[in-house]
Amino acid sequence: MTAERFRRLLVTVYLVLFFGYLFIPLGIMAAATFNTSRFPTVTPWLGFTLDWFRVLYEDHRMWQALGTSLVVAAGVIAVAVPTGLAAALLLDRLHSRARTFLYALMVSPLLTPGVIIGISTLIFWRTWFDLSGGIVLTVIAQSSFIAAYAMLLFLARLQRFDPTLEEAALDLGATHLQVFRRITLPFLMPAVLSAAFIAFLQSFENYNTTLFVRGLDTTLTVYIASKVRTGLTPAVNALSLILIALTIAGAVTYEVLRRRDARRALAEQARAEREEASGDGAPVPAAARVPARA
Amino acid sequence: MSQDVALDHVTMRFGSVTAVRDVSLTIAAGEFFSFLGPSGCGKTTILRMISGFMEPSDGRIRIGGRDMRGIGPNKRPTALIFQNLALFPLMTVADNIAFGLEVRGVAAADRRRRVRELLELVALPEVADKKVTELSGGQRQRIAIARALAVEPAVLLLDEPLSALDLKLRQHMRAELRAIQRRTGVTFVYITHDQGEALTMSDRIGVMSRGVLEQVGDGQTVYDDPATAFVASFVGEANRFPGTVLDAADGRAAVDTPFGRLLGRNPRGLKAGDRAILFVRPERLAVAPDGTADNRVEARVSHRDFEGAFVNAFLTGAGDRRIVVQMPHLGSEPAFVPGAAATLTFRPADAVVLPPDGEA
Amino acid sequence: MTGVLHRYGPVLTGFIVLVVALWVVMLVVLPQILMIDFSLRPMLPPSRVGGPEDVYTLANYMTLWTNTIHLGIFVKTIWASALVTAVTLAVCYPMAFYLAQVAPKRRLPTFMMLLVIPFWINEILRTFAWYIILAYSGPLNNLLVGIGILDAPVRFQGDGSVILGMVYAYILFMVFPVYNAIESLDRHQIEAARDLGAGWLRIHWRIVLPHARPGIAVGCIMTFMLAAGSYAVPLLLGGPQSRWFTEVIYNWFFEGGNWNQGAAYAFILLVLCIGFILLMMRLFRVGLTDIAK
Repeated sequence: MTAERFRRLLVTVYLVLFFGYLFIPLGIMAAATFNTSRFPTVTPWLGFTLDWFRVLYEDHRMWQALGTSLVVAAGVIAVAVPTGLAAALLLDRLHSRARTFLYALMVSPLLTPGVIIGISTLIFWRTWFDLSGGIVLTVIAQSSFIAAYAMLLFLARLQRFDPTLEEAALDLGATHLQVFRRITLPFLMPAVLSAAFIAFLQSFENYNTTLFVRGLDTTLTVYIASKVRTGLTPAVNALSLILIALTIAGAVTYEVLRRRDARRALAEQARAEREEASGDGAPVPAAARVPARA
Repeated sequence: MSQDVALDHVTMRFGSVTAVRDVSLTIAAGEFFSFLGPSGCGKTTILRMISGFMEPSDGRIRIGGRDMRGIGPNKRPTALIFQNLALFPLMTVADNIAFGLEVRGVAAADRRRRVRELLELVALPEVADKKVTELSGGQRQRIAIARALAVEPAVLLLDEPLSALDLKLRQHMRAELRAIQRRTGVTFVYITHDQGEALTMSDRIGVMSRGVLEQVGDGQTVYDDPATAFVASFVGEANRFPGTVLDAADGRAAVDTPFGRLLGRNPRGLKAGDRAILFVRPERLAVAPDGTADNRVEARVSHRDFEGAFVNAFLTGAGDRRIVVQMPHLGSEPAFVPGAAATLTFRPADAVVLPPDGEA
Repeated sequence: MTGVLHRYGPVLTGFIVLVVALWVVMLVVLPQILMIDFSLRPMLPPSRVGGPEDVYTLANYMTLWTNTIHLGIFVKTIWASALVTAVTLAVCYPMAFYLAQVAPKRRLPTFMMLLVIPFWINEILRTFAWYIILAYSGPLNNLLVGIGILDAPVRFQGDGSVILGMVYAYILFMVFPVYNAIESLDRHQIEAARDLGAGWLRIHWRIVLPHARPGIAVGCIMTFMLAAGSYAVPLLLGGPQSRWFTEVIYNWFFEGGNWNQGAAYAFILLVLCIGFILLMMRLFRVGLTDIAK
């Protein structure tokens, strides 16, 4: 065996191990859903069943938690997406020191452990506004760092924006609000959608922050964690399986759309460059032929 | 409809840099006026001040007699055609053209009618429903013009709009722009660093250098009677003969140059002892075998470029100073054999003596 | 600021500034400040808050020093998080290098998709998967007993499983920053080094690693922060003997009912994470702008 072949083998083994490490646990968890065993496992295999989906379906608290999660996620989208957008618009126009400082402040929640965000939110709103844990506080706490994700997405898209488009619209008589509504916002629309999608996902799966600010409300993620600790049955696996399936479907759609967008941008750029290179078939200037009216 | 633009001691400073220095000028209603200058000379700053994207640090801008201070770009009777055109990529051609009308609340039917008219004007009646990304460079150019004209501006401002086009198309578009300007009668303020564009299209040209408006005049004036050394060298080709004024009288000055004493017009009234540059256009130089003329320049041919209608000859003399001669190719012009000696002459009326830049 | 006003006009600028100010001040800065304020005051019944006993004190911080159990958990959290970070880096670096420099271009989208998918899945679910595998009667025990490595099933729950689960949960926060950094390395540099006779180890040590510094720093910071701040993984995979510092904090809030004490512990955790960020910046010689990207 040559050194080259040995290295290839090593790479293959590593890839198999790496992706095995990533996916085998998920596979085992999914498989346990269909085992009749009361405790979720694949060993021993006691028989195939779909009954755990029925058990899950009849779990009222699960449905309630799902409802709470959806309400929280909707709230977070409503707060974090506009906030992230406003922050990106502001940063895009600032320069130098003020920008660096503000930027650092804005991304700091992403570098702060989730539990601390939960704790500080809880203390602050309880002390100053007498607001205790619950759905509203959960939305506030989650938004404080999810807005930073949204801001990063908007900032990335704004880098590709041509600000002379705004100037052109303004020059044609549009008010600033009209410029924003007709020019800037349509351009940012893809980022609005991905920010909403990311915000939903982040909110839906959040645990560390939510734990401190949820009060007596239970989100689906909190519910799953509590089920694992007490009252674990393969119904939790059934729920996990459904969530994973939905997540994968969402992730694939998102990636496909994102790549299509990227490809389109690339194709357009190539087209423009081709035209620059070939020039035009310069038609006879029509206005030059027409006699002046004035 | 069209209005005049008056700049009254306009100055623009960015921090410690003065981009535009004390420019005063009136552009007449219906005029095609070009600001000509190299990049960084302040011409784009002037355009952005007229359009309202910047406020001058000092001085006043009036359009149609109305002071523009504090009036935003969306409230001014101007329309700007951007260097990159800035067509809205997410809208159709028709929506682009109608945008200015839409934001003014013009009814949809009127907008459609106006879009049709404008597409006729720019000779692209069939592209209304296309995306702007589907258009060629020249088509985009015309759509940008149509979009700007849709709001019926009193003044149309153009920021080097032809610079992205190739040479052939650029020449077509020059004629077309001029024709559109004549038909609409709108005041055009055009920015360019291309003297060919400025000379062919404009009624008048303002030549700018380092924030200063050096000279204003029609193309022929700027070319034949440059007011400063900068204008003489920036607009068209010119041979430079630097030296010191020996004597000046009757509107003429004699300059002591490395080639000897040369005589030219003295529009700036330079006196004996002043430093000066004598400028002669390449096409005003003649080869004189008899050597009778006042101004004689001895030089040696280094090479010759044949351009079809013209012949350009490059000579050196008085050390290593370059001289360019341009002659029409009539078959009777000298052969300009490399290495051969030649005596060049010119009439004093064809030369102009100006102070060097910065010594005005 | 005038640039913002020029671009967006007064109404929109007002709205933008208001929203950003609300976010930064009300959701980010003030809560942190109040948390610190809380941590510096003693816990008092509501009637005595603001009274003569309500003075600033470091007592809540001293608790950690005097309570040897808590101090032990805190120290364990530090080294275990550091270990998680190191293991994650070791596991991810080859993958990041492979994707960035070796993998055939046409297969890259597939690999990326395979990496991204687990990344999207809820951390709780990813941890739950390991909970099942590591269970007393779970597949791992069965496998090990089956092939004769173990004589009888073992209780895996403990620090070891927590570290294993964390590596699994945070692997992708390491892969992507390191991948992005290595990806920008010109392949010719590696070829040139090889041409000059450098071995693989030297190429990585002298060429690839220095280039990947900012990415490695970001990956390590994210992984450490997530590990030290994790609550779910130790909750599900840790045993009664392997508590995590976050669990101690949680207990101060919801079992001990002493928020001031909990706030002090939370702030200590925050200082730990900031300290780690500074350490990484020093270690990898990168600036804040390299990290905050």
